[in-house]
Amino acid sequence: MNIIACVKQVPDTEAQIKVKADGSGIEEGQIKWVMNPYDEFGVEEALKMKEKNGGDVTIICVGPARAMETIRTALAMGADKGIHICDPVFDNADAFVIANALAAAIKTLPHDIIFCGQRAIDDDSGQVGAMLAEALGLPQLTVITKLDFAGSSVKVVRPVEGAQMVIETPLPCVVTAQKGLNEPRYASLPGIMKAKKKPVDVKKAADLGIATEAKAKVAKVVPPPARPPGKIVGGDDPAQKAAELGRLLREEAKAI
Amino acid sequence: MAKGVMIVAEQRDGALRKISLELASTARKLADQTGDEVSAILLGSGIEGLAAELGKYGVDKVFVGDNAALEPYITEAHADVVAKIVKENDPAILLLGASSQGKDLSARVAAKLATGLATDCTDVKIDGGKFVAIRPLYAGKCVGEIEFTSTPAMASLRPNVFAAEENAKAGAVVKVDAAVDAAAIKSKVVEVQKDTSGKVDLTEANVIVSGGRGMKDADGFAVLEALADVLKANVGASRAAVDAGWRQQKDQVGQTGKVVSPNLYIACGISGAIQHLAGMSSSKCIVAINKDPEAPIFTKADYGIVDDLFKVVPELTAVCKKIIG
Repeated sequence: MNIIACVKQVPDTEAQIKVKADGSGIEEGQIKWVMNPYDEFGVEEALKMKEKNGGDVTIICVGPARAMETIRTALAMGADKGIHICDPVFDNADAFVIANALAAAIKTLPHDIIFCGQRAIDDDSGQVGAMLAEALGLPQLTVITKLDFAGSSVKVVRPVEGAQMVIETPLPCVVTAQKGLNEPRYASLPGIMKAKKKPVDVKKAADLGIATEAKAKVAKVVPPPARPPGKIVGGDDPAQKAAELGRLLREEAKAI
Repeated sequence: MAKGVMIVAEQRDGALRKISLELASTARKLADQTGDEVSAILLGSGIEGLAAELGKYGVDKVFVGDNAALEPYITEAHADVVAKIVKENDPAILLLGASSQGKDLSARVAAKLATGLATDCTDVKIDGGKFVAIRPLYAGKCVGEIEFTSTPAMASLRPNVFAAEENAKAGAVVKVDAAVDAAAIKSKVVEVQKDTSGKVDLTEANVIVSGGRGMKDADGFAVLEALADVLKANVGASRAAVDAGWRQQKDQVGQTGKVVSPNLYIACGISGAIQHLAGMSSSKCIVAINKDPEAPIFTKADYGIVDDLFKVVPELTAVCKKIIG
């Protein structure tokens, strides 16, 4: 099987995000960069599929030079080779540009199934998987928590509000991974050693022949609106505190 | 030239979802600023009757696509029909819900139309004649203002954030050809497993009572369940509580779980790791109950109680029962 997993490098979930004074973006200096957690589920599922059915796993990533580290992490987990789309023109790209870049690279490769994370925890857009599927003319299965492969099709579980949809789709298709799909493995030490020698092909925008102008632009980034300071509800004992809180929620906040 | 505001209404099992009314109401406010029309796309089977309700919330015209092949929702079919209606009518702004369905559909439609999309917006406005979408980035650690270089400018709206207000307009039904090429639809819904708990999804809940590491074990959540019963609330959980196996994944609030914005969020035994705060700080009223006065959750809370939650919560349950009656 020809399996592809798309990854993105993002700030760690515990990272403090500081907005640049001119509102043009965030301060990157102190940030610890990791593989997007949802992409880890995608990589893990790709590796499980390869272990069961044979084939190889190609990692594709759009990102600056530092993102090579994330590709190496996926290779250390067990993927076979990588493509790093690395070009400053993608620094201000939107999901549409990124999806088209990924699609252009994937079109040159045989592909049976393509995994993405359901969203990246930096811009939280959750668009790339579906846009990639459209660009490749493939069906999409988004936010998936269970996947069964049966020869030429997959059967997946997709939770929605108040229900779970069970959907069957023939390959090739694009699957976006949600937490719950699997437990991503850690890279082993031998895996890390081997990853250093695995091939990673670096591509520029010009190699892909795509338009790189964003359709949706982040014009300004600002800190979140400050919440007015809260009050600590006092009292001699838990009963008094609870009574006062109940009164405040009813009379002041009108929340109950 | 592109003109007007269009929404994609969402229905399930023949009933409009609340987000549809939030979309209609928000579209009305935008359109009134430029003197434009609000139209809606409504797809499904036997759903024409729902158009009147959209009219009540400010929609002038409803494009109804009635086709059994559109039930239940399947991406490829819906995206094709929506893209076709949008192309024919050329709206300046296209709004969808940032619900499970809306998120899946909006990105596919945006790609078909080769246009820009801002997902999960918490505000939208017309600024100097330009449409601007405002959305949290880094799970709310900062906020981005999104501008568009293409039409329609697309945005999906976070459920529960925008008000649904009545503002009666015609809601005139325009039947559209909703034919889908069955051979082109590769995915098939083989089963819909309904949640039988009778609770709405966490993302749509009005009140959420959440527990974290301080709940000690799965049984500890019983006190929260009792409070939730009285408040008709959902029970949520922090990542720590989910990773410990005390609660299900679908209950997780935070950067790697659900982003919620209820009217009232009561955090019990949750210290407030930054990744949890990111998932709940757009809640309207936040209460924190924790015995550690230094817990970061208190920096986000409107009301805090520093005490043992196992003593406070049962008392609060009794108080609320008395207040609500």
